[in-house]
Amino acid sequence: MIELTINNIKVQAEENMTILDAAKSVGIHIPTLCHMKDLFPTGACRICVVEVDGMKGLIPSCSYPVAEGMEIKTNSTRVKNARKTIVELLVENHPQDCLICVRNGNCELQNLAKKYSLREHRYIGEKKNHAIDISSSSMERDPAKCILCGRCVRTCNEIQKVGAIDFTNRGFRTNVTTPYNKGLNVSDCILCGQCILVCPTAALRERSSTKEVMNAISNKNKFVVAQIAPAVRATIGEEYNLPLGSNVTGQLVTGLRRLGFKRVFDTNFSADLTIMEEASELADRIINKKVLPMFTSCCPGWVKYLEHNHPEMIDNLSTCKSPHEMEGAVLKSYYAKKMGIDPKDMYVVSIMPCTVKKFESARPELNYNKIQDVDAVLTTRELVRLFNMMGIDFDDLPEDEFDNPLGESSGAAVIFGTSGGVMEAALRTAYFNITGKELEKLEFYDIRGLEGIKKSIIHIGEMELNVAVVNGIGNVEQMISEIKEGKIKYHFIEVMACPGGCINGGGQPIHQKPEKVKKRIQALYEIDQKMSNRKSYNNVSIQNIYKEFLIEPNSHIAHNILHTSYTDRRKLIK
Amino acid sequence: MVEQLFQKYEPSNRSNLIAILQDIQNVFGYLPENVIQQVADYLKLPLSSVYGVATFYNQFRLKPLGKNVIRVCRGTACHVKESENILSALELELKIKAGETTRDKLFTLETVACIGACSIAPVVNINDEYYGRVTIREIPKILKKFRLENKAQIKQNTGEE
Ligand code: SF4
Ligand code: SF4
Ligand code: FES
Repeated sequence: MIELTINNIKVQAEENMTILDAAKSVGIHIPTLCHMKDLFPTGACRICVVEVDGMKGLIPSCSYPVAEGMEIKTNSTRVKNARKTIVELLVENHPQDCLICVRNGNCELQNLAKKYSLREHRYIGEKKNHAIDISSSSMERDPAKCILCGRCVRTCNEIQKVGAIDFTNRGFRTNVTTPYNKGLNVSDCILCGQCILVCPTAALRERSSTKEVMNAISNKNKFVVAQIAPAVRATIGEEYNLPLGSNVTGQLVTGLRRLGFKRVFDTNFSADLTIMEEASELADRIINKKVLPMFTSCCPGWVKYLEHNHPEMIDNLSTCKSPHEMEGAVLKSYYAKKMGIDPKDMYVVSIMPCTVKKFESARPELNYNKIQDVDAVLTTRELVRLFNMMGIDFDDLPEDEFDNPLGESSGAAVIFGTSGGVMEAALRTAYFNITGKELEKLEFYDIRGLEGIKKSIIHIGEMELNVAVVNGIGNVEQMISEIKEGKIKYHFIEVMACPGGCINGGGQPIHQKPEKVKKRIQALYEIDQKMSNRKSYNNVSIQNIYKEFLIEPNSHIAHNILHTSYTDRRKLIK
Repeated sequence: MVEQLFQKYEPSNRSNLIAILQDIQNVFGYLPENVIQQVADYLKLPLSSVYGVATFYNQFRLKPLGKNVIRVCRGTACHVKESENILSALELELKIKAGETTRDKLFTLETVACIGACSIAPVVNINDEYYGRVTIREIPKILKKFRLENKAQIKQNTGEE
């Protein structure tokens, strides 16, 4: 232990602790921009400077370790002036269109300008002038709003390990962009949106679909329906200052009805359907000695990654469409027929925690009878904007229930929203399918949690299954090399591109606080725990849809409607 | 042929990046896009990182040079002698900006920090020749010389065939 003083307060700190962390431990906040928890500091922005007694210059606290007897001032006039100048320079090089910016009210640059009382324009200089990248259907990049903190670059390179964007050029011309500035859509980007979550400004943001959706709702000839992903119900409350992990399913349903959706369904229904199809596909692959291991296909970011980087493994991907795509396909076939609606007039909107789902919904493979399964995807953040615009006061909303039959679901479906959940849900059903017996203990703790790779050996009857869960796309290369090495013969592997799973998806409320993710995950497991039915095959609506329409999992008709194919993207971009 | 350029470097060793890029530029005169991709694959680096490095250092070019390279000195002495006007005049005449190459690939226009010929400022250097105390009025004449040379060369080549 080391003793030092910060702002005349005695502080006990561990050796190697940074000044920033030591200050935090006694409740002294130092602003940061380029700093990222758990990553090596770059010291790029210098907003975190402090004054250390006996040292000439100001010291960046995020990267400087404490030492015995140090006397530190975090708020001296000199420090404040230095920080203010940094903020002023950033602001002067910024478009300053706060009033019409999506991050208005949730922007770190705005907050700093407020904190340091910027009241005049002291430096007026040349402003950056870069075009907005709208090449992708999921995300936009607006480099004019970039303050070059590098957090997106580090997230993409060090956490996701995709490496789609990097710093280019230097000096005034420095720009964070894709190779040859060609646009996200022609890069290796998987559109996971993790970079949006860390960006302090609106330089990275989702491609908004709110206009299209509201236009469809006001079109009298359209039958507009909504479906909600499991992960949205446990996070949207954060935008209304509800306690972390609040489950607000009932209010969401009411809110969507008030927006004008004719029906509100639960993507969890199709998560159960996915499990039925996927568990049967797995059994078929094992019994008939087809390609193994089978990879889950619910995460379109992971699918896109594989298509770019390992097209030789496309046959390992489950052919199951992702749950919201299945829901769309079933709505436009089974449900439309039941209701006597022309599927062409139906407009399906998915409320998702995810940015890649936008790209996914536009994939040409994802249609039935040439009608696209899903028409529009709104992220959690966009839905909040619509609620606000339409005067829907979330706090006082009464609760309501989903429409049926595509609204019923099991506890297995809700945990799809977190890493390990798809695997756990599938195992609950696979156990029954193979043994004919009900599983006693439903929780698979080995594959829960936030570790990068979670492995387990599962005994089902005579069978011994090697399974693994990859949490975050940055860990997938290690798994793939292990598979290629072939020491262990894996049967089933779940991959989710976002660390923590969809609950931490790129379309979720922007928070910058890793501890939030754990609380959100807990919320999903609690919903599962409280459900009377926690197994997909016991979902009565699922049993009915097979009886009335799909016959059995992996039947010919199920294949036509619920399964898909993939594209070798290596050829596309190189 | 490109593979030969890499072979002497250890694959997957990122610290070789700059040396490899220099070798490539020595062969091609610039860094062709498909070769950059191959470098990325060889070193197991994302394309964006290689592109980032290639654009960070002024020594690397991403586009081939024109037949004649015009360098306008922007050093202090030349600046005082208003070399900025010379640059503008060249940009106007060639219809390109500094750092670009004309569509017919005849000229590339660049700026340099200081050529070291301050006594004859403002200085323009084209290939191996130095033009001192340049005035805007001289510029069309200078360019014409290179254009004519080029025409003569084409004639000679086609004549020989
Ligand atoms: S969306 Fe994901 S893959 Fe694309 S640049 Fe951002 S972090 Fe990288
Ligand atoms: S785009 Fe955002 S996160 Fe990335 S460097 Fe710029 S300001 Fe930082
Ligand atoms: S936060 Fe310390 S230098 Fe940026």
